[in-house]
Amino acid sequence: MERRWSPVFNPSNLLKAIWQWVDARLDLSPIVKHASEKQVPEHRHSSWYYWGGICLFLFVVQVLTGVLLMVYYRSGPDAYDSVREITYQIRFGWLIRSVHAWSANLMIFAVFVHMFSVFFMKAYRQPREFGWWSGLGLLGLCMVFGFSGYLLPMDELAFFATRVGLAIPETLPGMSGIISAVLRGGPEVASATLQRFFALHVVVLPALFAPLLGIHLWLVQKHGNALPPSEEAKPEAERKSVPFFPNFAMRDMAVWLIVLNVIAVLAALFPWQLDAAADPLKPAPPGIHPEWYFMSQFEALKLLGRVIPGTLGEFAGVGLFTLALLMWAAVPLFDTRTAPGQRGRNTTLFGLLVLIAVIALTVIGYIEVL
Amino acid sequence: MSDAPEESITRRIFVRTGIAAAGACYAAAMGYPVFQYLAAAAQKAEAESAVKEVILNDVEKLPAPSALMFKFGGHPALLIHHADKSWTALSAVCTHLGCTVEYDPHQERIACACHGGVYNPHTGGNVSGPPPKPLTLFHVVVADGKAVVSRV
Repeated sequence: MERRWSPVFNPSNLLKAIWQWVDARLDLSPIVKHASEKQVPEHRHSSWYYWGGICLFLFVVQVLTGVLLMVYYRSGPDAYDSVREITYQIRFGWLIRSVHAWSANLMIFAVFVHMFSVFFMKAYRQPREFGWWSGLGLLGLCMVFGFSGYLLPMDELAFFATRVGLAIPETLPGMSGIISAVLRGGPEVASATLQRFFALHVVVLPALFAPLLGIHLWLVQKHGNALPPSEEAKPEAERKSVPFFPNFAMRDMAVWLIVLNVIAVLAALFPWQLDAAADPLKPAPPGIHPEWYFMSQFEALKLLGRVIPGTLGEFAGVGLFTLALLMWAAVPLFDTRTAPGQRGRNTTLFGLLVLIAVIALTVIGYIEVL
Repeated sequence: MSDAPEESITRRIFVRTGIAAAGACYAAAMGYPVFQYLAAAAQKAEAESAVKEVILNDVEKLPAPSALMFKFGGHPALLIHHADKSWTALSAVCTHLGCTVEYDPHQERIACACHGGVYNPHTGGNVSGPPPKPLTLFHVVVADGKAVVSRV
């Protein structure tokens, strides 16, 4: 009798059988079909499509390095000492911390680039409004991530940055008690502040960020890449695109590799340092300034304070911000699509104005403190 | 570039191998620091526990028969003062699954509460129960109220 191998012993048949078993239960083939049919438009502005992926990659770096830092970080009175150990004693601790800090900064930068590219490509127009709003929510969370994470080493800079950062909203009427009771945990930035910022940074924010990111990514899959108006104006036959798998995914990964190398070079050549331990009785060091992503807001408040002195100035500043932010968020509502390829020049001008103002205020801020 | 199928297969294999090798390099370049970082705590504890000798003061106050627990190289150890006034020092880590054993002066034995292992308090020999090996015996010299415990 002829001996035959059962087909299940062929590895590729085995894989196929496992796949069919799983698919029969979870009905995954529509997802695979969607992924295999997914196309990415190819045009002059295609390179901006990489920035969302860059943000995602940097977020993953943040999660992984953040978990590693938690292995040795101790919040509470030991916080400074534990970060000193991580930075100067534990092998490669400096690298993990530097990657976390550099990647955090790059992530905020990438999110800003992503946001402005979406804005100028008008990728917030119907049906992508929720993508715009969920993205703004993610940006807001990133800023709070940055602000709360900055305190955790509990060195001088961390201490004063948090002190000033919490003092700004405190000037608003009725906010003083709330900030003290809820955020600062007392009249002065101390161990109690650190503990709640730590909880915020490693539990609350990730718990909010992860589902919002899930929605954001799901929307991207649902709607696909938006076409800029210049492309939309072209007849369909003239538009070009490439398959997501494998072409665009490969390019995405190549970009991630570049970003990884950039982080590695930055972390190795400019490792993040640690200041002296926070001392509430020491005067603020000269030239102290907020992180670059808070600089424009800080500078705007400062300039407004010169024009309108006192609490009124702060109030006007915060009010102006809120208004600008609301307008920014509402862009999809007033810049609606009327005809394919319509550019909406006023909105573009508004965006340019915001971009120039942010850059100018940041530059002025740095000139003033340096 | 030639269109000969043989050559294009060689080229494909070359590219694939190159990508796999580069990927392995990246994985190693990330994996090595992460492993060293995580291992730092264990290495530190090991370095701290690398002791050859422990000196215990005021041991004359220890009634006979009774025992005292102390730390030898990061692990718990027992100093037993026997009824005949002799001394024994041995590891208190059960050789079965690592529980901490206890000296029982009434029955003249060392017992482990976890799975009922029993050891001889003079030699550390495993008498009954699941322990596969005797407890590690240390060298002990008592003089001037001090006990000097060292590895045999």
